[in-house]
Amino acid sequence: MSNDRLFLSRRGLIGGLASAGGLLLSGCGEQQPPTYGNILRMGDNLTYNLQRTLLSPTALVREFDRSQISSMPATGTYDPARPDGAFYDPDGGRDYAILRKGGFEDWRLRIEGDVDRPGSYALADLKRMQRRTQVTRHMCEEGWTAIAEWTGVPLRAVLEAAGIRPSARFVEFHTFDQAAESLDMVDALHPQTILAYGMNGRDLPIGHGAPLRLRVERQIGYKSIKFLRRIVVMDMFRDLGDIRGGWAWYNGI
Amino acid sequence: MGQAGQFEQASRTGRHRLWVRLTHWLIALSVLLLGYSGVTILMAHPRLYWGYAGNDLTPPLLEIPLGPNHHAIHFSPRTPFVGTPGGPATANRLAEPWNQNGWARSLHFLTAWAFLVGLLFYLAIGLITGHARRDLLPRRKELGRANLWHDVKAHLRPPMPATTPGPPYAILQKLAYCLVAFVALPLIFLTGITMSPAIAANYPILLDLFGGTQSARTIHFFTFAFLATFLAVHLVMILLTGPVRQLRAMIIGG
Repeated sequence: MSNDRLFLSRRGLIGGLASAGGLLLSGCGEQQPPTYGNILRMGDNLTYNLQRTLLSPTALVREFDRSQISSMPATGTYDPARPDGAFYDPDGGRDYAILRKGGFEDWRLRIEGDVDRPGSYALADLKRMQRRTQVTRHMCEEGWTAIAEWTGVPLRAVLEAAGIRPSARFVEFHTFDQAAESLDMVDALHPQTILAYGMNGRDLPIGHGAPLRLRVERQIGYKSIKFLRRIVVMDMFRDLGDIRGGWAWYNGI
Repeated sequence: MGQAGQFEQASRTGRHRLWVRLTHWLIALSVLLLGYSGVTILMAHPRLYWGYAGNDLTPPLLEIPLGPNHHAIHFSPRTPFVGTPGGPATANRLAEPWNQNGWARSLHFLTAWAFLVGLLFYLAIGLITGHARRDLLPRRKELGRANLWHDVKAHLRPPMPATTPGPPYAILQKLAYCLVAFVALPLIFLTGITMSPAIAANYPILLDLFGGTQSARTIHFFTFAFLATFLAVHLVMILLTGPVRQLRAMIIGG
């Protein structure tokens, strides 16, 4: 909660700047990622708005044949329970260790916020829902790529099952480590945006985000966040750390 | 070129038009910032590949000895995804590599918008006004071996030819400018946007054109290397042919 208040007061301070930038960049200031007066973040918003204006919201990324599946390193957090991890979260790490010991039987994905039916889903619940398998390319911001087969439930199906409200503008993803991400509704509702529990025909390996990770194929790899535990539907933008940490929030490029 | 033609050309030598000067400096500044941020981005993963997939677990086409990540990323032993040894595998990366892409990527893409505006204006005005055809594209007879050899020899012994700023240009200068303006700059832009997952989703033809994301990245790098070489030669030529007058011509046009 204190985080929220800090965020709100920060918003007040930068309100004038943000709304001026928002107007300039076509769109309402409250629905835009904050720039904190940083010219690079203004450039990020320019790219975000221009790509949203110039590109089709429904275009699909290329899907590959299973024979084209490549090796893929597990980068960033490869085990949220390891205290020496760069993004280790003590509470999340402890919970993760316990859930993993139980084969993720007790793991639940919580969904809350701007939805009519907040609740939680076991892995088995998600596997009973609509299923999508796609062989796609992971493009890391570092410059490397990998092709893998991902199996999961379209995020859209989960959001609709939870009764997403028309006021929803952003979907947040919280994890067992310090990482968190959010998507706008264009990418959240895209048919290739899935919550993946399978990789290359097997259960999702620990290093790649077990038991559940996001796949958002039209953005750079770090948006496809691993080790999901909670989804929050929001009617406004919250900086979950990327922007203050010096990273672009939108990464379609 | 006939006597009359030479006279006509000479009457407007030593001048760069205003739009040429404006787009020249916009593109030059953008390219410098793109090069700086681009090299920083490359340093996060200084390995080049061909095709669609390429990473630390696949063989590179080329490893560039650049920065702290060169040969320094440590992984756990490989585990095959589906039992078959030698098939696709995974491995845990055991430490975070050197990475300044937070600012470098944002600077790269912000500058790329300025670069795109400059390049589009330059190409459009150049084509409409005939500057490209009249001053830059080589005429057929200029491409003859004798003329080329003559110009090469002229560059090998002092003083440098074409000491007057601006057109008319001799054949080597024309070829260099044509390669930069009509081949390298558009190519580096197209290979750049091919790496964008959102743009490639909309225009998958880009992936086919360059043979995959990693091929586009590799072409992007070699086009950069060409442009860096051009810039070095360009600066040396300006130094050898009166830098004050050359700069004056490209800034105030006189």
